Formats: sequence, structure tokens, C-alpha cells
Amino acid sequence: MTKHINKQILFRLLLVLLLSVLAVGLGYSVLSLPLEASGLSARVTENLDASGVSHPVTAVLLNFRAYDTLLEMAVLLLALLGVWSLGDMHEHRESAPGVVLDMLSRLLIPLFVLVAGYLLWIGANAPGGAFQAGSVLAAAGVLMLLTGWRPSVWFMGLPLRITLVFGLVAFVTAAVMVQLAGWRMLEFPLSVAGALILLIEAAATLSIGITLAALFLGSRPPTDQATGKRTGPGAKK
Amino acid sequence: MTLLQWTFDIVLGLTLLWLAFRALTSEDLFKGIVLFIAFGLLMALAWVRLNAPDIALAEAAIGAGLTGALLLAALAKLESATTETSATVKDENAEGLNSKSSEAQSHD
Repeated sequence: MTKHINKQILFRLLLVLLLSVLAVGLGYSVLSLPLEASGLSARVTENLDASGVSHPVTAVLLNFRAYDTLLEMAVLLLALLGVWSLGDMHEHRESAPGVVLDMLSRLLIPLFVLVAGYLLWIGANAPGGAFQAGSVLAAAGVLMLLTGWRPSVWFMGLPLRITLVFGLVAFVTAAVMVQLAGWRMLEFPLSVAGALILLIEAAATLSIGITLAALFLGSRPPTDQATGKRTGPGAKK
Repeated sequence: MTLLQWTFDIVLGLTLLWLAFRALTSEDLFKGIVLFIAFGLLMALAWVRLNAPDIALAEAAIGAGLTGALLLAALAKLESATTETSATVKDENAEGLNSKSSEAQSHD
């Protein structure tokens, strides 16, 4: 018994020790920061004209550090694959919402889509962009799922999967195309940079929206061909 | 910076710390999720105060909105899974329990 308590106290002491080391390290690094850091904002402002957009955040995310954004989208897709690997969807029922919820969602969802489009468009010269627009689109999807709507079976198969990878495919295609045209990978030539960024962001918005909504749906919907097989044993209830 | 802004920032920072603490230590998972959503919304406000509206938008939409919805959906699945398993356990034990209770009643 005393041995057990001793072990616990020892563990706590070790924890306190490690945490103090971490705190000291963090404090030291914060204190050793220069008071007036110039950062990279000056360089971004200098090169803003070469990016094809006029908002510095979008310029960094989709031009100067486009590689990061590309990988972020791949990570999002991997997250969905992780969720899907947990199991198949075993129930596919649609329920009718109440009158108020039905009317409200019919009013709100077009508004959500409009806001998503606005955020996507405004991203070129003000706060906004693909991730924000995509999450608003996903919110519309979540609202629809919560009111009892379920996507039709034909969409849950191949069309859904194509929409999920559409953003990433558009991004990679743009990257490879500029490389084939003689520039470096993900280096957008000024004449087409604005259009390319808008195109990539539009595709990314759609994919991010659908991916996040699919994450909310949870498990993997059956593919078109497998539907016939899966509804048999899947429809236990 | 005016006194009002200072006060607002200090209150915001302390509230964020308090909400984070409450969300992490909450015994009730549902309460923890609601506190997490509140934390996300106030965090968006903090990003606005730091002049980062881009991150504020993303935080409000993804951090508070969608993550909250995902957590609530996960909690609903968790609860339905636990009730299902406990229901099957009850079904299996039902006969034994019934016979025991009837025995107890007969003893009374």
C-alpha cells in the first residue's frame, strides 16, 4: 500500500519537474524573442503584385506557400478516409422535419450557399477564401443532414468520391501544368495567377464542403455497385 | 490602446482560460462540448482583437461550428452504442434476474 502511494507521489514529482522544465523553456524562448520582429510581412507586401491577388493572406496561402495548402487538403481527405475505415453506414433512413424546421432550412440553405460563394470570391482582396467558404458550405450540408435529408443513393457512390478529390486533383493538375509549361512547380505565372487561384479555390471550396459534411455523416456510404449487396445484410433493422 | 480595450482584452483572456479549464475538467461530456464551442467562439473574438480576421473566420466556422457538430455527433454515436450494448447485456441477463427477483418476492 505504502509502496503504491510512494509511486504516485514520485510520479507527481516527476510531472511537476517536467512541467517546470517546459515552463522555464517556454519563458526563456518568449523572453529571448526580439521586441520588434519585422517578420515576413514586408516581403509579402513587396511581392504582392506578383501573386495575382491583392489580399496578403490569400497570396501566402495559395501562391507563396501553396504547397502547405495542397498538403492541408490532402490531410483533410486522409481524415475522412480514417473515419470511413471505421465502418460502413448501416442505416439509410430519411425522416421528415417539422414545418418550422423545414421552412427555415429551405430559407437558410440557399443563403449559406450564397455566403460561401461570396467568401470564395472576396478571398482575392479581403478576408475569406476556400477554407472559410468550404466550411460554410459544410454547415449547410450539416443542417440538411440534421433536418433528416439524406443524399440520393446514386450520389453516394462514384459522384461523391469524385467531388471529394476534385479540389486536390485541380490543385495538383494546376501545379503540374505550370511545370509542363516551363515554370517551376506551383509557381503561377502572373498573367494567369489570379484565374488559377480562383479556379483552385472554387474546386477546393466544393471539396472541403463535401468532405466536412461527409465527416459529419460519419461512416462510409456504400458504392453504387455494392449497394445491392450491402442493403441485404446491412438492412438488419 | 484605451482603458476600455485593455479591460476587454484582459476579461477575454481570463474567460478563455477559464472556459478551457472547465471544458477539460467537465465530468459531463455534453457540457464539455458546449463549453468547447463557447471557447471557439470567444477564441474567434480574440483573433479579431489580434487583427487576424482570416483566422477568426476559420476559427468560428471550423473550430466552433463544425468541430462542435462533429463532437456532438460522435457523442450521440457513443451513447447509442453504449445503450445498445447494455441493452443486449440486459436481455441476456433478463431471465436470470427475473427468476431471482421472483424468488426474492416469494421469500417476502
